Parts: sequence; C-alpha cells; structure tokens
Amino acid sequence: MLKDMMPHFELFQPSSLENALDLADRLGDDGWALAGGHDSFNSFKNRSTQIHSAIDLAGIAELQGIRETTDGVEIGAMATLTEVERHPLIRERYGLLADAVGQVASPQIRNSGTLGGNVCQDTRCWYYRFGLSCYRAGGNVCYADAPEAMNREHCLFGANRCVAVTPSDAAPALVALDASMVIRSSSGERVVRAEDFFMEPSRDIRRMTVLKPSEILTTIQIPAAWAGAKFYFEKVADRKAWDFALVSVAAAIKVNGNTIEDIRIVCGAVQCIPRRLTAVEQAVKGSPQNEQTAERAGAMAVRGARPLNYNHFKMPLMENLVKRAIRDA
Amino acid sequence: MMEKTPDTAGLAGPSVIPAPPSHLPHEIFGMGELPGRAGVSRRDFIKGVIASGAAVSGAAYLTGCVRPTSAMQGTVERLVSLNVNGQIRRVDVLPQETLAMTLRYKLGLTGTKLGCDRAECGACTVLIDGVAHYSCSTLTHRMRGKQVTTIEGLESPSGELHPVQQAMIDELGPQCGFCTPGQIMSGVALLNANPNPTREEARRAMSGNLCRCGAYDHYLNSIMRAARGGRGGA
Repeated sequence: MLKDMMPHFELFQPSSLENALDLADRLGDDGWALAGGHDSFNSFKNRSTQIHSAIDLAGIAELQGIRETTDGVEIGAMATLTEVERHPLIRERYGLLADAVGQVASPQIRNSGTLGGNVCQDTRCWYYRFGLSCYRAGGNVCYADAPEAMNREHCLFGANRCVAVTPSDAAPALVALDASMVIRSSSGERVVRAEDFFMEPSRDIRRMTVLKPSEILTTIQIPAAWAGAKFYFEKVADRKAWDFALVSVAAAIKVNGNTIEDIRIVCGAVQCIPRRLTAVEQAVKGSPQNEQTAERAGAMAVRGARPLNYNHFKMPLMENLVKRAIRDA
Repeated sequence: MMEKTPDTAGLAGPSVIPAPPSHLPHEIFGMGELPGRAGVSRRDFIKGVIASGAAVSGAAYLTGCVRPTSAMQGTVERLVSLNVNGQIRRVDVLPQETLAMTLRYKLGLTGTKLGCDRAECGACTVLIDGVAHYSCSTLTHRMRGKQVTTIEGLESPSGELHPVQQAMIDELGPQCGFCTPGQIMSGVALLNANPNPTREEARRAMSGNLCRCGAYDHYLNSIMRAARGGRGGA
C-alpha cells in the first residue's frame, strides 16, 4: 500500500475567526482545523486520517500573540512553541511552560508547531497511527493490549479499552499551572480548565480533547496564581531531540521557609490525559521540602499503576521523576 | 544559476510548471483521475473489504485519494506568487502541496532534499523569513507574503559561498552529503539569530537534523568555524 504523498484535500484560509467558525460549522465532520500541521500531515500522509477539507488557522490574527492580562497571561492558540519558549514574561514568571515547550520535538517543529496544536495532538500509539481498526478508530479491539503487543510506550493508569497516552509536553505544564482553555464556536464561547480539557477513553474513546468538530481552541489563559513559584519539568525520552516522552513530570510548588505550602504536580505519558497527582499533592502539603518527603511522594505517585507487558519500567521512572520534582524544584 | 537570472523569474519559462516526471506517481501532482470515494474513510473501506471479501483492486485504495468532483467555494486560489531566494516565482500550487514538493518538482530547486517526508529528518530544512522550517511539512499556500530561502539562495551574487558553506568545506563537514543542505540551512538560521553560539547552543539548534553517516561532530565543527568568521581553532 502506498503511504506516501500528501493526499488531496480542499484548503480554506480564513482571515478571521468568525469565518473560520462559520466554515467549521458548515463543514462539520468533513472539516479539519489546521494549526502548525505536523501531527496532521503525518496522519494524512500515512492515510491513518482522511479529511475532506482543511481550515488553515495560520492567517487569523486573533489566534496569535502572547498578552499580559490583569490576571496572568493569555497565549493565542496559534502562538508557536518557539515564541512561547522565548517570551520574556513566560520565562520570568511561568518558566515551567517555557521549559516544557522547549523540549518539544526539534527546533524546526517548534518554529512552526503551536501551543494550541501541541495540546490537541492525537495519540502516538503506533497501532492506532498505523491505521488499524482499534477501539479508538471505531473498531472493537486494542492491538496494544494484546498478549504479544509491543506496549513499551503505553499507559500505567486509566486504561479503558484503549491504553494510549497523551503525547503532549506542554499539557502537563499547563495543568500544573492551572491554565484555562478558551474554546469558541459560532454559538459562543466556553472556558474549560486545562485538567478538564483532555478526554479520557472512558468518556469518549474517539477524541483526545473535549473539542467538538465545530469548535476551535482560541486562547490559553494562565492565571497569575502560580507566577514565580518553584518549578520543575523533566522529560525522559529515548532521544533527546524529536522524541515523545516516556514519562514527563511538571510541578509548581509554593514553599514558605522550607515548608511546602501548595503544590500542583502532573505526569505526562502515563495515562491518556495528563495525570494530576492529587493524592501526592495532599500528602506533601505542610511537609518540609526534603529527601524524605520526596521519597514518600514518589512511592505514592505510582500506587495503583497497572503496567502492561513491556512498560513496567515506567513505574520506577515515574517514581524517580516525582521524587526529583519535589526535592529539586 | 537559473533562478538567479531575472528573465526567468516571471510567468514565462519552462521551469515554472513542468510536466510530472513519468516515473513519479501521478498523485504527487494530484493529476490522477481516480474514482471518487468522498466520505469513505480508509478504515471503513478496509472493514468493507473484509466484510465483503472483495479483492483490493481500486486505485483509490492504493493512493487514498479522496478527490471531490468539483472544488468548493471559498477554497484557496491555486496560482501563487512565491518569493524564493529573492525572486518572485508564479506557480500553480495544489491545495495540499508541501513546500518541498513545490521547490523540487515545480521550481527545480532540488538542493532541498526529501528524506523522511515526515518532519523527522531535517533534510528538507529551508528558511522562511530567516527561520528554519521543515519544508516537507509546510503547505506552500502558507508562503504568501513570506521569503523562502533554500540552499541555492545562500551563495552571494558574485558566486562567493556563504560562510557556513565554506566552513563545511574547510572542516570536511559532510560525509555522504545528502543531509548537508538541511544541516547548512539550520546552521545559517542559528547564526542569523545568534552569531556567536556556544557549542552546546549549536548542538541544540542542529538537533532537528539527522545524519545517518553520523558526521554530527564534523557539522558542529563547521558551524563553530563559521561563527568564528571562518577561522580554525578550538
């Protein structure tokens, strides 16, 4: 089978958000919103996604730029990862996000990949990406959870027929910073907290986010509440460039003296959504920021993990990353 | 070089829209008139084939081309003016066409290589407004109003090589050379933004370009030499 050149699609290049939303409405399931395009083009070329029409969001001024607001910062969904990484305000007060997006893929991809596109990526499960008719693709089997399956990159938590994981590096950082996602459709606007933006397979196995075909993610808001906190981001992958995380951790910690006053800590690539470790957060609040607390947090983080045939290694990896995040933030 | 001659920059000239080479599949140019299967996804199609036991013979299945019978209203205008290496080139561009395809097969700028065509290897790296991008994963229709620079555009009008190109020669940077145009473009983008990088900064800037010969250190030596103004040394 030829899985090679970009297949045909119609291309719309609206210059305003209104036009884009009209198009999204009119095209419905036939429309595909295009941000940086890397994730989309690969799926199109591999024929694992077939689309009729693409709505190119690159020409829409409302989706660009990074602005300071009265309560934090607002990032247009089409701001590139390089812009986010280098923005002085993000670096100074929300360094966690700058660190996270700086580790996405490669320089060229960060130059055109967008923050909105990064959080809307489809999963990297290769059985799914290969175009097999798995649960996520509308079928009735999971090839990654079969006895002989190669599932080294798959999930530890929250499996529900599908065992794929979230591929985004930015997502755990945004959840840790308690960001909100502003979503527009022709009928209005809704704001969803980052931790509710990602879709668990138990709720809807066909989608990675709560976005509907008629909706467009326009803005990502980061509240000032966590500005200037102590941050820690670490991503472990097989390669230092390009590759997706095997496990990542993003933590924002407020420390008073040596006591952890408040904390949000999130792991990527261990579940289909960024996994916020609320039990760990509760357990370490009020404790000193030291080796002992970190040790306890790491052990707690992996409690309840259900590894598959080949991903047991993710448990000690996750444990150590959580430990380091709390000790070294 | 051809694209530097002002006479060939306009509409005329045989290089603007060449006929597809016969050895290439027609769908590169979207010219294959394939039976339309609009609205049928590949997965649904496979399921259909399995269910009915039908033989897989349709060309549409091979290419995955779902081609609508008529263009919809409001889609992009196909004739595009591209600014490539400082020259305006008028090209007929398909909606789904990538910049790498346009550069190589319509403008004849084959210095830009296609390796993986999946935004992984970096062989297709070009500069868009001075910044490095994978041209295999950039729609040509997004290039309106932008300046594209390819490896062919680095040489000065007097024929002098760009400092990064010269440093590649002086440091014996490439081995087989296939990834070299992409490596050079990444190096040029780095030095545009940061004329005096540390070796570590250069390593990071070059991390989006694979070299299967493994000549990474030689490439880094070349970039560092170019940053020193062509002088050898540490």
